[in-house]
Formats: sequence, C-alpha cells, structure tokens
Amino acid sequence: MNDLKQSIITVNDVHKWYGNFHALKGINMEVAKGEVIVIFGPSGSGKSTFIRTINRLEEHQRGEILVDGIELTHDVRNIEAVRIETGMVFQQFNLFPHLTVMQNITLAPIQVRKWDKQKAEETAMQLLVRVGIPEQANKFPGQLSGGQQQRVAIARALAMQPKIMLFDEPTSALDPEMIKEVLDVMVELAKSGMTMLVVTHEMGFARAVANRMFFFDQGQIVESGSPEEIFKAPKEERTKLFLSQILSH
Amino acid sequence: MNQPDTILPPLTERSGILRWLRHNLFGTWLDGLLTVFGLLLIYLAAKGLLTWIFTIAEWDVVVANLRLFMIGQFPLEQVGRLWVGLGFLLFLTGNSLAIWDKRSYIAAILVLAFPLFLAFLPFDSNTRQWLIFLTATGAIGWGLGFSNPQALKKTVVAGWIISLPIIVLLTRGFTDPEAGGAIAIVGTNLWGGLLLTFLLTVVANIFSFPLGLFLALGRRSELPIIRWFSVGYIELVRGVPLITILFMAQLMLPLFVPGGMDIDRVLRAMVGMTLFSAAYLAENVRGGLQAIPKGQFEAAHALGLSGAKTMIFVILPQALRLIIPILVGQFISVFKDTALVAIVGLFDLLGIARTVLSQPEFIGLHREVYAFVSLLYWVLSYAMSYISQRLETSLGIGTR
Repeated sequence: MNDLKQSIITVNDVHKWYGNFHALKGINMEVAKGEVIVIFGPSGSGKSTFIRTINRLEEHQRGEILVDGIELTHDVRNIEAVRIETGMVFQQFNLFPHLTVMQNITLAPIQVRKWDKQKAEETAMQLLVRVGIPEQANKFPGQLSGGQQQRVAIARALAMQPKIMLFDEPTSALDPEMIKEVLDVMVELAKSGMTMLVVTHEMGFARAVANRMFFFDQGQIVESGSPEEIFKAPKEERTKLFLSQILSH
Repeated sequence: MNQPDTILPPLTERSGILRWLRHNLFGTWLDGLLTVFGLLLIYLAAKGLLTWIFTIAEWDVVVANLRLFMIGQFPLEQVGRLWVGLGFLLFLTGNSLAIWDKRSYIAAILVLAFPLFLAFLPFDSNTRQWLIFLTATGAIGWGLGFSNPQALKKTVVAGWIISLPIIVLLTRGFTDPEAGGAIAIVGTNLWGGLLLTFLLTVVANIFSFPLGLFLALGRRSELPIIRWFSVGYIELVRGVPLITILFMAQLMLPLFVPGGMDIDRVLRAMVGMTLFSAAYLAENVRGGLQAIPKGQFEAAHALGLSGAKTMIFVILPQALRLIIPILVGQFISVFKDTALVAIVGLFDLLGIARTVLSQPEFIGLHREVYAFVSLLYWVLSYAMSYISQRLETSLGIGTR
C-alpha cells in the first residue's frame, strides 16, 4: 500500500563517522507521506544520530538524503528549507527558558515564516488547545511539569506547519505518570495523517499507530517490518533478544 | 497522634536580643574573651579614625576645590549646560524608577531628594538653585512615569539611548569659542574631574559592549580568518597592561595617522579604554555563550532559525542575562581604571587630585584628598553594583 503513495523521505546508503567511530553504516529508508515510523534499538545503536541527520543536526559523510525533494548538502539554503518543513521534538524538551510558552511557539513562525504576530498567536493558541494546555500560554517553561513542557515542545514544532515530525526519545526524560499525556498527543497527531519518525521504546505506542518499525543495532538496520511482524515473528536473533529485554517487565 | 496546627521553632530560635547575645557572643568563657577583645580592637581603630576625620583632617582642601573635583577647569560661564545635562539624566532616572521599580519609594526618594539635601549645605546661591532644579526635574520625571507608565516606556528607552550624545554635545558646546556665551565650545583640555571620569567610563563601556560582543561571536565563528583575528586581538590586548595601551594611544598614534591630523587627547584615551575593555568583555560574553546548553542551538536550528536569528533571539538573551553580574563587575572596573589616564596627563578625578595637591597652600594634605576621592569612587561603584542587583531581581535571574 505504501509503495503507491508518494515518498517524502529518501535515505540512500548513509554513513556517518565520529572521528574513527563508524556510527551509521549504510542506512537505507523510504518513508511515504503520512507514514508513522518507529525506530528502536539499544543505546549507542545510532538511532538518534540517524533521526538527527534528517534535518541536518548531524551531518552525514556519505550517501544521500532527500527530504520533500530537497537534497541535504552543504548548501545552507537547502538545509534551512528542509528544517522549515521538518519539526523536531527532543528528549530534553529544549524549550527556550527566557521566553513564555506563547513566545516559544510564535518565535519561528514570526521570524522564519514572517507571519504577523496576531496570526502566529491565534495559531499557537489553537495548538495549545490541541495539546491540552491553553491555560499555560503566559507561563515560563520552568513553571511547567515535564509532560506539559514536552507538549509545548510539540506545539512549538507544529506551529511551523511542518510536513514531517521527528521525535527523538520524546518520553525518555519524563516521569512515568506524564508519559501518557505526551503519547496521547502523539497518537492524535499520527491519526491526523502527519508523517512521523519516532525514536522510542514505547512499544504500546508502536503497536497502536506505527506503520513500520526499524530495529537499529551497531549503526545498521537489523530488521524492519510492520508492528505485527516485529512483535509476533521477529526474524533476527538480536531483535528477539532486545524485545524480550524491553518487554519482560 | 495529632500534630498541633503550628509548630513553633525551638526556644533558642525565637528569643530576644539578650539570649542572642549570650548564645552568639558569650557562649563559653573563651567566646566572651574573644568578644571583649574584638570590641576593644574595634574601639581603638574607630577611635583613631573618627578622631582624624573630625578633629585633625583639614577638609577645607576638598571644600575649596570641590568645583575642580567635579568638573575640572570647565569655564564657569558655561557650567549651566552641564547642570541641564544632569537634569536630563535625573529626569530619565525618575522616569525609569517610576516605570520599572514602582514599589521602591525609598530608593526613588533617596535618589531624587539627594540634590535637595545638598542644597542645604553652604553652597553659593547659584549652585543651590541648580540643585533644586535637579530635584524638580527628577520629581517631574517620576510623576510623569508614575501617571502613565505604559505609554512612556518607549520614550524613556529612546531618551536613555540619546542621552550620551546629548551629554557629550552639551559638554562640548556648539558655537565659536572666541565669541564666548553659554553654548560656546569648550576644548577637551578643560574637561576634568568627575565629569571626565564619568564621560570616559560611559563612552568606554557603551562602545566596548558591541565590540566585545562581535569579538566573542567572532571567536566562535566557523570562518578561520574571523576566528583568528578575534583570538589574536583578544589575546594581544589581554596580554598588555592598560597603562601601556593608554601611552600608545597618546604617544604612538600620532606616528601612524597622516601628518597634521590631530586626534583629540581625550578621544584617544576613550578609544584606548574602549579597545582594552572590549577584549575582556569578549571573554566574559564567551563564558556566557558557553554556559548555554547545546540543545538550545539545536532546537532553534530545528525550527529553521538562521544562525544570526538563533543568536539574537535564543542564545544571546540567555547568555547576557547570565553574565549581568560579571558585566557590572567589568563596568565598575573600567570606571576605576579610568584613573590611569591621570598618568598620561589628563585631569580626571585622580589627575585633579594630583593638581590640587601640587598647589602650595594644600601641600601635605594627601590623606584628605585621597580619602575624599576614594569615597567618591566607592559611592559611585556601589551605586552601580546596587543597580545591577535590582536589575537581576527584576529580570528574575536565579528564579527560573
């Protein structure tokens, strides 16, 4: 089914080195519009590095990455064009602590998309309603709980009206009782048809909304498939072992 | 087990002065001995100092030369415009206090009533009128700010921005010096005392700020030429004493500029101070930049903000806020460093002190003169430090 749809991300034989350490060893991936991809694997497997190459927070040294038809090269214009179309949510939220929630969300639309302030604030308010915290608009990030901060971060990324959303372990820094409120927002987003790449170990989330899952280990894609295939009948030993470790309790 | 509604602190924590004394000063016989000994020392030191201040010291030297200390040789008939400039500053101060620091009535009253208080001292009537004028302008500024804080904010900021050029222009004057008159040009060789110290400090601080900022950013630049230039400049200037830079500005600069072109000596000192201060400021700013987590850059980049916009809207506001205490420390140290221009022959506060001491009738009064000059430096330094603390509180540093 996915093959019929238009591909929005093309990753072709991507390599990345940190000094002599070979972090990504030939990654290939096609993502279709509206697909939800879950990437999982042990720490140090390169999954975060990979997702960060999609918006060039990390530079790849070999291979090619095309996002919405734009190739990521050293050309700053291309990089900025890709970043405008790509929202990102970080493990540590990375909200701007000196700005209010509203200013966090409207900064990029006003400065990059050149919206007027009123339009940006109206859109921001709609997004805050969507993530369930409109009453926090005038607070500073430090006054919010972790779960609320992460939802603001999602709203901030969505405010640029991106075509793709990248999530880099969005719930890993959260207390257990706050994970659900963030996942609920992400599930709603997935169902609205957003193209999403999610690095996470939340297997409930994967089961609920992922179209495909990729298992990373030692800088390579070891196995990929639908959640059904991965959970019921993993082919590789490493996948089986890893799943048994994270699902055992 | 029922807890009482309020739990009082232990007995020792909530008792009177006597108990506090016994607890802290006379806890054991050794504590008591130390306390008595300490009080004796303080008494001896204070007695000597107070005796000197009130009976031995000849403060006439300060009183007789007060005008020299304040404005140097600035001609008497043009002094009025300095008062006007000061009035403008006090107007802005009153205005700002009312707009941004509404609750601190005491600070406002202290600042604004200070000239009025001085007016009760035995000055000549002309000076007294000007002092009353100062309090009046300050009070008017405060009243205006109090009645309409929101509408005036932008005007006040604009006022502060144009205040430096206004003060410099008022000090310099406009018309032909030969003709005389209230707005005639006064050469910088006649600028002196606190006026010159103040102008040197303000000019050096204001101009070194953007320069230091660019150097700090340059040092982090990905372009090698800019980075090397910044590193080279910073390390070169930081490796040289300020006094040598001032000497170079006074003695060597004329060798480099085309013949016949004369650069004003005060201007040379200002440039020297600015260039020196910028190198230190750059390192302070760099420290602030390094304290910002990498995630802030990444989040800004991920949103599509360009490098410059990331700096302007995300990184610098946080970095500069972090280093406000260091920046104020630097401003204060520039203020005190201006005293070095006395050595290259300018008559700043310290330079004036030296000329006063060389007058035959005041020979040997070093203690009085230097004590007075130190007191002036201390009062003004402490004022800057106090303002910075208020600024930190109102910006909420350390609370989020």
